[in-house]
Amino acid sequence: MNAVNVILKRELASYFATPVAYIFIIIFLMLSGVFTFYLGQFFERGQADLTAFFNFIPWLYIVLVPAVSMRLWSEERRSGTIELLMTLPLSTFQIVFGKFLAAWLFIGLALALTFPQWVTANYLGAPDNGVILAGYLGAWFMSGGFLAIGSCLSAATKNQIVAFILTLVVCFVLVVSGFPIVQDVFSGWAPLWLVDAVANISFLTHFNAISRGVIDLRDLVYFAVLIVAFLYATALVVDMKKAD
Amino acid sequence: MISVSNLSKSFDDFRAVKDISFSVEAGEVLGFLGPNGAGKSTTMKMLTGFLSPTSGKVSVLGHDMSLDAISAQEHIGYLPEGAPSYGDMTVKASLVFIGEARGIKGKELAERIASVVERVALGSVLSKRIENLSKGFRRRLGLAQALLHDPKILILDEPTDGLDPNQKHQVRELIRNLSEDKIVIVSTHILEEVSAVCTRAMILANGEILFDGTPSNLASKSGFHNAVTVRVTNLQPALISALEALRNVERVQQGELDQLVIFPIDGQSILADINQVLHAQGCQVEELHVEVGRLDDVFRKLTMSATEGESA
Repeated sequence: MNAVNVILKRELASYFATPVAYIFIIIFLMLSGVFTFYLGQFFERGQADLTAFFNFIPWLYIVLVPAVSMRLWSEERRSGTIELLMTLPLSTFQIVFGKFLAAWLFIGLALALTFPQWVTANYLGAPDNGVILAGYLGAWFMSGGFLAIGSCLSAATKNQIVAFILTLVVCFVLVVSGFPIVQDVFSGWAPLWLVDAVANISFLTHFNAISRGVIDLRDLVYFAVLIVAFLYATALVVDMKKAD
Repeated sequence: MISVSNLSKSFDDFRAVKDISFSVEAGEVLGFLGPNGAGKSTTMKMLTGFLSPTSGKVSVLGHDMSLDAISAQEHIGYLPEGAPSYGDMTVKASLVFIGEARGIKGKELAERIASVVERVALGSVLSKRIENLSKGFRRRLGLAQALLHDPKILILDEPTDGLDPNQKHQVRELIRNLSEDKIVIVSTHILEEVSAVCTRAMILANGEILFDGTPSNLASKSGFHNAVTVRVTNLQPALISALEALRNVERVQQGELDQLVIFPIDGQSILADINQVLHAQGCQVEELHVEVGRLDDVFRKLTMSATEGESA
């Protein structure tokens, strides 16, 4: 665990060594505010809950999480520091996991800083705080899924922009595959299992379940399996491509 | 001890390293020499476990690199080519990171950092960000990172590249003063470096070992080995023909300022014979010395013929 810790510490420190982290957090908070209060019509709905906020968060993630994950490995490969890192007596998976964890905690911090919305809801009414907590948990797990995919794609290229766009596209597909429009495309002809599979693969299906306050183990397992699988894939890609 | 057997590495259809074998014992300072693209860096990357070989085996202090890289890497300090480091960190933070990643903590880490900072003279930039440092400082930071855990094995890829002559001298001193039970492998294309720090030299070209021996062995392969340079006042043609007539002299070359370079046959010692001739002719000698051999001459001879062989 020490190894993971050391990597985690270095990564987090490097986020805050440049203004990038602060800019990210400010943009994240501003957009989530705009989405919740204007587009989500928080006040007009007259309900003291954060449904509006959680409805928009997958879309926010699609753009902002790839921006965090794109530099995870591309930057190491471009600057050559990967050679320094990978010849330390640490296993590839420890390094992959430490880097992922740093990014995940960073998103968690950004998420936690949206607390004024929670305060507002509590000030205006009496929301079910259990549901809100579940929503935050779901949102954090979902960001983990996005990041794990982003980490894998970042390992595959030296170019951060390419990593960003690839991650964005893959995450977009994974989000919209749970949408009624996409479902309709399949439901006319495809066997039921395929329709279910497409719906089940979607981030949205699992996230919505959690954010409604239903913490089903299966939904958490979905994100956990996704994260582990993509981190494992990241380790494979890193070992394969590190010398290119 | 490092032992390398039948090591090969291919990138797609390019064979960067071709079936090389050698071993290095504690106390040796091995210099990898070779033109760019000879396979020096690739070999070093395999020695440190960064690259896996296409075939063959690397064993470091008894640990097989392909089976137990981490145990091997614990004993290795590595300066990669170009001395990469994390630009957004300070020098101090970077050293702490490397130390902690190697499992050194607390007071011991502070002591190690202090000692290594002194050895490579980084004290003045400890709290500066690496991206703002000059090339020389970055190189020295790279060295500090490699030396931090006092490894038994040091692998340094072009440690003096980009340094000014004083800094080069410092780094060579540093390598020479490392304790005697260490294995040091340095790559360079500066030939004087080999005779300055190495106990053993290896010339690589096209992924093959062309020469493996001591630097003086290497020098003796030069056409200039045991050649004698003479300068006399009032050079007479008679002297040249007398010298050319000597039994072991191959040829006499006249250089600038009436300097003569006399090449022996098969590197034999010819100084005594030349001395006699000079005495007999009553020449006034201004300069007289025996060449050990010119490394760049051997280097060119060895590597050029290898490249020609490749293209033929």
